[in-house]
Amino acid sequence: MSEININMTVNGQKIEASADPRTLLIHFLREDQNLTGPHIGCDTSHCGACTVDMNGMSVKACTVFVGQANGADIVTIEGIAQADGTLHALQEAFRQHHGLQCGFCTPGMITRAYRLLQENPSPTEEEIRYGISGNLCRCTGYQNIVKAIQVAAEELSVKEAAE
Amino acid sequence: MIPGSFEYHRPSSLADAVGLLSSLGDDALLVAGGHSLIPMMKFRMAVPEHLVDLQDVKSLKSISLDSGQISLGAMVTQAEIILSDELHVACPILREVSYQIADPQIRNLGTIGGNVANGDPGNDMPAIMQVLDATYILTGPDGEREIAAREFYESAFFTARQDNEILTTIRFAAPAAGHGSSYVKQKRKIGDYATAAAAVIVTMSGDTCASASIGLTNVADTPLWAENAASLLVGSSLDGETIKAAADAAKAITDPADDGRGPKDYRTHIAGIMVQRAIANAVDRAK
Amino acid sequence: MNDQTPISREERIEKLQGLGSSRKRVEDARFTQGAGNYVDDIKLPGMLFGDFVRSPYGHARIKSIKTEAALAVPGVLAVITAEDLKPLNLHYMPTLAGDVQAVLADEKVLFQGQEVAFVVATDRYAAADGVELVEVDYEGLPVINDAFKAMDDNAPLLREDIKDKMEGAHGPRKHHNHIFSWEEGDKKGTEKALADADVVVEELITYQRVHPCPLETCGCVASMDKINGKLTLWGTFQAPHAVRTVASLITNIAEHNIRVISPDIGGGFGNKVGVYPGYICAAVASIVTGKPVKWVEDRIENLSATAFARDYHMTGKIAATKDGKITGLSAHVLADHGAFDACADPTKFPAGFFSIVTGSYDIPVAYCGVDGVYTNKAPGGVAYRCSFRVTEAAYLIERMIDILARKLDMDPAEIRLKNFIKKEQFPYNSALGWEYDSGDYHTAMDKALASVDYNALRAEQEENRAAFDRGETRNLMGIGVAFFTEIVGAGPVKNCDILGLGMFDSCEIRIHPTGSAIARLGTISQGQGHATTFAQIVASEIGIPAEDITLEEGDTDTAPYGLGTYGSRSTPVAGAATAMAGRKIRAKAQMIAAYLLEVHEGDLEWDVDRFQVKGNPEAHKTMKEIAFASYNQAIPGLEPGLEAVSYYDPPNMTYPFGAYIGVVDIDVDTGVVDVRSFYALDDCGTRINPMIIEGQVHGGLTESLAIVMGQDISYDETGNIKGATLMDYFLPTAVETPNWETDFTTTPSPHHPIGAKGVGESPNVGGVPALSNAVHDAFAHKGLTHTQMPHDHWRIWKTAQKLGLTD
Repeated sequence: MSEININMTVNGQKIEASADPRTLLIHFLREDQNLTGPHIGCDTSHCGACTVDMNGMSVKACTVFVGQANGADIVTIEGIAQADGTLHALQEAFRQHHGLQCGFCTPGMITRAYRLLQENPSPTEEEIRYGISGNLCRCTGYQNIVKAIQVAAEELSVKEAAE
Repeated sequence: MIPGSFEYHRPSSLADAVGLLSSLGDDALLVAGGHSLIPMMKFRMAVPEHLVDLQDVKSLKSISLDSGQISLGAMVTQAEIILSDELHVACPILREVSYQIADPQIRNLGTIGGNVANGDPGNDMPAIMQVLDATYILTGPDGEREIAAREFYESAFFTARQDNEILTTIRFAAPAAGHGSSYVKQKRKIGDYATAAAAVIVTMSGDTCASASIGLTNVADTPLWAENAASLLVGSSLDGETIKAAADAAKAITDPADDGRGPKDYRTHIAGIMVQRAIANAVDRAK
Repeated sequence: MNDQTPISREERIEKLQGLGSSRKRVEDARFTQGAGNYVDDIKLPGMLFGDFVRSPYGHARIKSIKTEAALAVPGVLAVITAEDLKPLNLHYMPTLAGDVQAVLADEKVLFQGQEVAFVVATDRYAAADGVELVEVDYEGLPVINDAFKAMDDNAPLLREDIKDKMEGAHGPRKHHNHIFSWEEGDKKGTEKALADADVVVEELITYQRVHPCPLETCGCVASMDKINGKLTLWGTFQAPHAVRTVASLITNIAEHNIRVISPDIGGGFGNKVGVYPGYICAAVASIVTGKPVKWVEDRIENLSATAFARDYHMTGKIAATKDGKITGLSAHVLADHGAFDACADPTKFPAGFFSIVTGSYDIPVAYCGVDGVYTNKAPGGVAYRCSFRVTEAAYLIERMIDILARKLDMDPAEIRLKNFIKKEQFPYNSALGWEYDSGDYHTAMDKALASVDYNALRAEQEENRAAFDRGETRNLMGIGVAFFTEIVGAGPVKNCDILGLGMFDSCEIRIHPTGSAIARLGTISQGQGHATTFAQIVASEIGIPAEDITLEEGDTDTAPYGLGTYGSRSTPVAGAATAMAGRKIRAKAQMIAAYLLEVHEGDLEWDVDRFQVKGNPEAHKTMKEIAFASYNQAIPGLEPGLEAVSYYDPPNMTYPFGAYIGVVDIDVDTGVVDVRSFYALDDCGTRINPMIIEGQVHGGLTESLAIVMGQDISYDETGNIKGATLMDYFLPTAVETPNWETDFTTTPSPHHPIGAKGVGESPNVGGVPALSNAVHDAFAHKGLTHTQMPHDHWRIWKTAQKLGLTD
């Protein structure tokens, strides 16, 4: 099968590549682009470890072919912090509030929360729980993840008010 | 889990898409959001040689409300349905059901066209389309044709759509002003397919039910329109006994599979409970 | 070199971030930025990828394997079968339980998903294409998936490879599908207690087959460097040193030529203790090709082939007086081990520490027996977030106590209080041979009951039941009480080993000249935060701030030998080794300080981060100063440098305990259970990092919720595994998971250097009976004695139906 040309923006960088069309976006990012932050947990779009941001939406990169993402603007966990290395409020809050243990779900979880807080800057606890219902965690029982997202939401809104 | 090889096509017009389907024949499959097809391909239960991606066919992305008629392009995503306030005002059951499909990530890609067209009895939208008496518009090499949602489903994964046709539009009349609706879905956990689910739309005239429509999800190899059950409600005051009778009539047409969600008798029972609860919600919401 | 800014003693303690500090985790910076290094992130030049052809049958003879079509796939380099492994004597491998397991199926397959051939290709896509094209011709054989039928007279022979070997690793085998019999306690005395009792309750309690299902599956990268003869194995190993030894024994590669590295591990929960065929095949493929070979299983492979847990059919009998004092306990288990006995238990304990089944109660006489059998299911039998069969034991005793309470019409809390081992009885010798090191059960239970206002909950339940009977509600309220005692920290070398390796653990600490340090341990974190908490132990012991201590684990070339992380053993064993290594350093530091201060050693006392002259604290040397001196001064009678290593063989296990109370509301019409509240009081002795303890409890409770409410690895009658994806295998989302309330008491372990006991597994051990008891309690007044887990919607509805509560 012939390869297809891929043009994408990944974490702000324009990339050009060619790929077998059956390549899953998650493999393209992890293996061709060396962005190993997003993980593969279930392969069937249930766990959300592979979550990336595509054209301003959270998607599960294990269930997207690279061709479908052609032309897209992709943000992975590696692109969430600011260019100068300043961490995103979510990254800080996850550490401060122990929102992670083994760390395997964390990139997908933070990438999902990053979009959630843009969709809904001041979510209730229930909205957060529904908002991350596509992301499984086996370690934390979610309690501290929810707390971390709440704190990050508050910090982001304080920051926004100050600007 | 790695899919087999295929050629990838991304036509930018409906005509091109239909043309590709015709020229590539049986070896081609359409992909919309991909969240039903891609897992099947990763299991190698589907091994198309060609994949025709509809994302650039912009004409399939429209939501239109025009003099009581609602038209949804097949590529409208569940997330877009949720976000449309206009749609929510005209037909609130669409947002309610969309929120109960899968999870936020999947709703960003999952489309209404894919959900109604692929014939999976676990999908939620088809029951809604039964209740709304929607019409599906299919485009093939010979042009457009229309088919009622109530006629579309033949058995699990088999529908009236021909392999060279594309389901392009879902059209239905907005439910009457003042109607009440509800979609109640029991699932093992959030995002799962229904153990059983019921969609209900009613209109009331005072304390009397003026019209009713009931649909069921995942309790047979197709979505079900529970015509008899709904007819029992019409003209009644929706007393407990009538609602129970309607639930029993709905249960009578189910034929669920035994699976991890439960044995057949349980899922049949749940269908009845879902009908009762959806009726109660719908009546509460009717004006 | 004297520190210039004087700070208060409190500030010095604070600065250490030692024991008791909720120190933020050092691991998080990389994980939150996507910079973790998990096994599938490893990429080496020329790396190949291996993928398995697996059996679609539960039991079948392999008639032929054709590999030509697969080998013709571009990128496929080799297809390895049992025939290729036989000359190397690698077609079977030893299991941790003294059995052998087929690496690749030899002549027949014994469970669905069993490894049949290993396809090696240039990338994972080509490997998968190759797998599709390997043609295996099978002849189906009769399947046994019911443990109760495994030892029927006419039961088919499963293990042909050991059919003539009737002396098993744990004694004689009494049937061709029998693995072992193991017993403990006083059988006759227990029979007499049962015969003489006022009341006896008996129940068959099954703990269903489940799977630990960490979010990261198992995998490895094997790289054979043919030039220097070294094999490096990166993998998801909870016990890297043991893997190295096992790899050496089975490959005959000298142990110094094998380097095993556990990189970041995405959760283990017992799944990553065992040695799997993928590791062997990747190593063989690397040896054959001379290139690195990666193998990473997908989720279906994970759920259907690597390491199930539980699958215990337990018959419990309790003898008691009519006022509720227990006089004897008998337990018999039929243990379904699947096709190979690959349990991860200490060698002398084929049923793990199941004999902790007397629980938290002062039971004068007890007996337990376990029979293990083979079936056509996946091998394993790992401790899924528990210490070797402790959760099975805790589930049995905590259900049985409730059943006894019901029989006697006593309150479940009251009957527990009546039978607890009393504080003054510790150390307590149980009827089944364990010496419980410490405990204060009444205090913990009383605190729990008061915290949840237990009496008010029971009053509310009375009202709920009356309202239900009047037809005013269709919800029933259940209150689940459980009190567990764990046995963790395996363990004393005198009775605990794995494949002959004593279950000690280790720590090596080196202090750098400028007063920072590195510590290396024989354990490996899979999310527990060792790099954070073990540095806290070191900080408290040697007075160097935790942030100045690097902690390393998981590389067998650099870390001291240890048995790894599982069974809540890291803190009890390696944590103790860490403290002891720290004390060795402090002892030398004291000599250096004495020299520097020109006083006798005995004139010095330790204070937070320094040695000071007794009665004259102004005269002192900080650890930082001492460290520098150890490198730059010739001190008579002392070697330069400041480092120590400790191998710690614990004198006893530790016995964490806890009181858990959960409240559920059950919709009788749908079987849906809502966990309204859950209170967990844990006593894990000295608390190293309360933040991490609470996080562990949240996670363990969520796993217990998953087990009780839905997890079930079951097989149909033809041997097909049902529901081996995350669509069906129940992992709760944030929506199903309640907020957990945590609490604690502190009863330090008397024999552990810092009094810590381990906590990671307690919430799973205690959470399962608490939640299951809550579900049972909701229906108890309607006559429910016991129903098997999982308590998923349809099973609960069936229970309600049987009790006549449905329409």
